[in-house]
Amino acid sequence: MSQVRWLLRRLAGGIGVLVGAATVTFLAMELIPGDPARALVGSAPATPQTMDLIRHEMGLDLPLPVRYARYLGRLATGDLGRSYQLQQPVSTIIGEQVWPTVQLALAATVLAFAGAVLVATLTAGRWRAARGIAQAAELVAVSTPSFWLGLLLLSVFAFRLRLVPVGVDQGPAALILPAVTLAVPVGAILTQVLRDGMEGALRQPFVVSVRARGVTEFTLRARHVLRHGLSPAVTLSGWLVGHLLGGAVLVETVFARPGLGRVTLAAISSRDFPVVIAMVLFVAVVFVAVSTAVDGLYRVIDPRLRGASP
Amino acid sequence: MTLLRVEDLRVTFHSGRRRVEAVRGVSFTVGKGECLAIVGESGSGKSVTARTLVGLTGPGSDIEAGRLEFAGRDLLTIGPRGWRAVRGRQIGLVLQDALVSLDPLRTVGAEIAEALGDHDDRRARVLELLAEVGVPEPEQRARQHPHELSGGLRQRALIASAIAAGPSLLIADEPTTALDVTVQAQILALLAQRKATGTALLLISHDLAVVAGLADRTAVMRDGVVVEAGPTAQVLGDPQHPYTRQLLAAVPGAHPRGTRLSGGQAPRVARAASVQRQPVLEARGLTKHFGSRVAVRDVSLTLHPGEILGLVGESGSGKSTVARVALGLLAPDGGDVLLEGRPWSALRERDRRPLRRRIGVVFQDPLSSFDPRHPVERIVAEPLGVIGHPRRDRRRRVLQLLDQVGLGAAVLDRRPIELSGGQRQRVAIARALAPGPALLVCDEPVSALDVSIQAQVLDLLTDLRAELGVAMLFISHDLGVVHHLCDRVAVMRDGVIVEHGPVGPVFAAPVHPYTRELLAAVPRLDVVTPGTAR
Amino acid sequence: MTIVDTTRRVPRVPTAGVVAAGIVLALLLLAVLAPGLLTRTGPDEVDPIIALRAPDGTHWLGTDQLGRDVFTRIVHGARISLVTGIAATLLAVVAGTVLGLLSALGGRIVDEVLMRAVDVLLALPGILLALLVIAVLGPGPVSELVAIAFAAVPGYARMIRGQALSVRRADYVTSAVAIGVRPAGLVWRHVLPNSLGPVLVLATLGTGSAIIIGSSLSFLGLGPRQPTPEWGAMLADGRDFLSTAWWVGVFPGLAITVTVVAVTVLGRRWQRRFEGVR
Repeated sequence: MSQVRWLLRRLAGGIGVLVGAATVTFLAMELIPGDPARALVGSAPATPQTMDLIRHEMGLDLPLPVRYARYLGRLATGDLGRSYQLQQPVSTIIGEQVWPTVQLALAATVLAFAGAVLVATLTAGRWRAARGIAQAAELVAVSTPSFWLGLLLLSVFAFRLRLVPVGVDQGPAALILPAVTLAVPVGAILTQVLRDGMEGALRQPFVVSVRARGVTEFTLRARHVLRHGLSPAVTLSGWLVGHLLGGAVLVETVFARPGLGRVTLAAISSRDFPVVIAMVLFVAVVFVAVSTAVDGLYRVIDPRLRGASP
Repeated sequence: MTLLRVEDLRVTFHSGRRRVEAVRGVSFTVGKGECLAIVGESGSGKSVTARTLVGLTGPGSDIEAGRLEFAGRDLLTIGPRGWRAVRGRQIGLVLQDALVSLDPLRTVGAEIAEALGDHDDRRARVLELLAEVGVPEPEQRARQHPHELSGGLRQRALIASAIAAGPSLLIADEPTTALDVTVQAQILALLAQRKATGTALLLISHDLAVVAGLADRTAVMRDGVVVEAGPTAQVLGDPQHPYTRQLLAAVPGAHPRGTRLSGGQAPRVARAASVQRQPVLEARGLTKHFGSRVAVRDVSLTLHPGEILGLVGESGSGKSTVARVALGLLAPDGGDVLLEGRPWSALRERDRRPLRRRIGVVFQDPLSSFDPRHPVERIVAEPLGVIGHPRRDRRRRVLQLLDQVGLGAAVLDRRPIELSGGQRQRVAIARALAPGPALLVCDEPVSALDVSIQAQVLDLLTDLRAELGVAMLFISHDLGVVHHLCDRVAVMRDGVIVEHGPVGPVFAAPVHPYTRELLAAVPRLDVVTPGTAR
Repeated sequence: MTIVDTTRRVPRVPTAGVVAAGIVLALLLLAVLAPGLLTRTGPDEVDPIIALRAPDGTHWLGTDQLGRDVFTRIVHGARISLVTGIAATLLAVVAGTVLGLLSALGGRIVDEVLMRAVDVLLALPGILLALLVIAVLGPGPVSELVAIAFAAVPGYARMIRGQALSVRRADYVTSAVAIGVRPAGLVWRHVLPNSLGPVLVLATLGTGSAIIIGSSLSFLGLGPRQPTPEWGAMLADGRDFLSTAWWVGVFPGLAITVTVVAVTVLGRRWQRRFEGVR
């Protein structure tokens, strides 16, 4: 398959996922018990006539397929609707809150990847003791709920030792604990996948060929084996981004940081559905973008996927 | 002048508390420009021996030797740095199947360049090397990845990377095993050419015939010990050790048809291959496409009761597709198949199912053709359940079938993974015979087996045909096996049968150029010592 | 040699980690079935006088802001966390198996529709899907269970489908077709058991993450209502006393981690043994 055709197919698939996500949210909206018009009005008193008018304006009196089509049409033009609670366009809310979350997710990604590559390269297929310790640590890291880890870090480093600030206004230093909290479980999984991949590569016959050329162990790992280990780790990245954004809900709550996670949680608690839906769609867009980019990267790493004919 | 001297080499592997002695006191020498072959079946320790010479036996291995010297240097004490200096520059290593033996993520050129180290003009030297091993258009090939090259070109590129740094000894561990026979011949010629330029060769192989044309001296290994060694002509022509004789006897192509390969007596049952009776299987004008590719084109075959028809071809020739169509697992796009004179391929699966008891199948890899969770008894009994054999009598029938293929009640409770390769293939045959078929379709049934096991299975098939009068469609890439077992042979290439006839005439006087090419490419035991190898 | 070795490499004698994990799970099981055997008081016995006592001989893990014994509440909380995790995983495996088999064996159109839907759901992180379900159903223990299961279904469906497709193509299934086994027999005797094995093993590991998601939802206040003892909710209570009474928040979290580690250790061991047998 040529590069262009591959890209077109990926884009079509991505749009499919987005339409699917929009459909899921639409269905969720329809399934929700209660009246959206009432939710919009809130506790303010309103006559039945006013309510009917609002319903008509919201298009709630239209048949289901029409509402679905109008819903998709609105989304296609970038109109995410208005928040019931905050009484402002959802896109404005997202625009205001996206930056802290992006900072947090990026910092966590860098930490997780750097740690994973380091630990996996050092421990893959040798030093039984070190490998055992690393594996035990990964097991604990994966099994620890991130909100608990966050609380522990907070109480030890911020409250007892007073090593790091917690407030958001205190610059990049305040990012350290939340980023570590978010990075630990993800990094542990990445390390496992990376090491599995590298150990799998080390068992392959080509490694004997490379060694038989008189190459050093470092060259073997850096030039050949790491690349094989990266392939499965890279495919995981789409999942990883989702995990980071999902984890942000908990981490932002624990550290009382502003961001999309807090917005989502508040919206769910107060049943502010336009915001909930916008968040779901936002995550789907990020997922599609990242996994398309990652797939492209995957094709750079593994020439076999480029599918050139022999 | 002696280049490599190995005395009393012992290699032991540790895993947990278990110790496995893979090599137990092996001694040999290789002289400059000489070719020594080490021949043995799987588990004989031949590959471990080869890897010891480049210090790559892996973790958990202990190496002891009276002497391990290369070009006057003691390899036992050189340490990791010393080994790196020896590898590639002094001793090159070529492994089986370059698709997995070259880094699949890097270009062929990069792989060869890596072996060159700090060469002044690496790019030019890479192209030179590719040209030297007979790769056409080296400029273009150097930029390609292993999967983009054909099996033969890949193997040449692997050899180029092994000889890049100019080693005086080249170790080739099963260098042609995964290749088609015509490509194998080309690679063997390339190795002979390296030898002619003065490179010493250590050739590791399971195939006596591959060794015959190339090696000056041959050592036969079994269970970590060299049982016999000497000049190739002497070892193959006048074997002294019983195991060597057994190995030679097991090579199908080297004996007159009908000889038993594994020793013992054939059952004396007269075979009645009667041509006048209705054919068991008749395929007429079969055609099968996969997408735009034509896998099989206008193939017609007839099989009579008790007859064995060999279907020969290289990979991609369409022979396995024919087998699947014959089995009713794949619908042909054109033509049809009759089973015992009745429609077969034209039926709907529901109508075909009751007739399936008349046709059995034996696959190449018996391990994957059994449900891994089932014990042998259940595997063999499954077809009995399908034909409604009385439940109470099933165990008796299973034992009878196992007895027929030379297995006892001891295997009943074993799972496939606990059986040896030969036992598995016997179980597969017992299962195929269970419903009482008139025809067995055997798709490369002996290709995954060691030669002595292969010999036993071939003898078993011969006996079963004699006892039960079952016909066989025998698919194989191995001309020797087909020559030995089959009555008639059909040669396939690119989806078409190019030649077809009784085995004797076709092998003695092939008409089609491709058949001639195939037969010429088969390595022969008697090349070195005409007349004495038999 | 190579094949037989892999089965032998799994040691017969359980290693220390597995023994420890087994003990932990046995204790948890006891806590689920008969919490009263492990504790002296009830989980909801409020006593303001002894509020926020540090761990000592009477209150092993201290008391919380209402004077309730933290150890007692952790023991009683095991039931909710474990039962929710296991039930949600079972629900997800069953639903995933049905959808996965339908997709693998039900023809191309069914497969396309189901797998596109699974693609969409896999694009969203599990916790977000769970939150969405809770948004629709409203908070509470049942919707929490459904939410956790819903988040896991697409993964299991995809996995079962992949397994079933590869088993369907395996030589032994072809061989069974060739001897005339009917489609229902194929699915029942070969495809289902061989597809389910690896998924069941992974489901053990999945139970661990289900427990984490469950406690996360409770931590966010979307699970069972107060005063039900639930580890995540207890942790949320402890947040406010981090600088003064660390034990209120630390021990419930430790309980979650130890439980998940124990489940994972046993799951991995099962996985290794399973792969050894194959």
